[in-house]
Amino acid sequence: MSTDKRSDNTKNAQQFIEAIPHSKALGMEFTNVGGGTAEMRMPYDERFIGDPETGVIHGGAVFALLDTTCGAAVMSHPDATGTTATIDLRIDYMRPATPGQAIRTRATCYRVTRSVAFVRAEALDDNDTSLVATATGAFTAEKK
Amino acid sequence: MPFKKPEPVQVVKQRRDAALKALVASVPYISFLGIEFDRRGDELTAIMPFKDELIGNPMLPALHGGATAAFLEMTSIIGLSWATLWEDIESGRLEAESLVDGKMPSLPKTIDFTVDYLRSGLPRDAYARARVNRSGRRYASVHVEAWQDNRARPFAQATGHFLMPSRDG
Repeated sequence: MSTDKRSDNTKNAQQFIEAIPHSKALGMEFTNVGGGTAEMRMPYDERFIGDPETGVIHGGAVFALLDTTCGAAVMSHPDATGTTATIDLRIDYMRPATPGQAIRTRATCYRVTRSVAFVRAEALDDNDTSLVATATGAFTAEKK
Repeated sequence: MPFKKPEPVQVVKQRRDAALKALVASVPYISFLGIEFDRRGDELTAIMPFKDELIGNPMLPALHGGATAAFLEMTSIIGLSWATLWEDIESGRLEAESLVDGKMPSLPKTIDFTVDYLRSGLPRDAYARARVNRSGRRYASVHVEAWQDNRARPFAQATGHFLMPSRDG
């Protein structure tokens, strides 16, 4: 059953993320993963504030979540062997994330070559119609 | 008297260090990551002492790319803000004491940030310095490099563009 397989993947991915100290410290959670895509979530936390005037989360915390989501998308790609590292990642910040709301991310690994994986990702808060940030990156990969 | 006697060095130092400390203490994510800033004149070096929470790959082990990116972005923002503050404090436009009393000017906002991961971050202290390549009224461009044991072998570098806070409000 494809739905069971999908939730299994998500559960395994969640166990994997629990083993990464920095992701655990930031409270990252998987909401979905498999087939070269990944979706994650990071609840709002006052310790992550970057702008004390407004209570907006620091860009670096959003960067960490997007980096992790992109890495997970690469690892879940059927053509890749499952280990990866970031070569480069660019984030564009469209607007400040609304204080108090969780950040949600989704990443797609749209191409895997013999040694490189290319990924795109987006970050949202509770507002579905306006992006908080987008990311584009290249990751190391090994084709199966 | 033909000229004013210079201020005693400890008074100058105290004023500058208090202003920097107030700036750094105002951002919760700096203390979450444990980042510190060392000041020599107007030059800042950011230090991220190693702790287990910064690990992204426990097998190697290596620093998390997100921790590295946040370190670089923080170094850029504080570096940029400090460069502006420095001029304002030294010229007397801004009283360092008002910063300490919590009247901190708004921080620059990141427009985009691109990180190059050059080698994996070791489970050791990391250092970074930012260079403001251009700082206009509205936009600024900053380059930043981070290294560990060896200054000549950076493990990550980044370029970012920032929106500057309005100076008159």
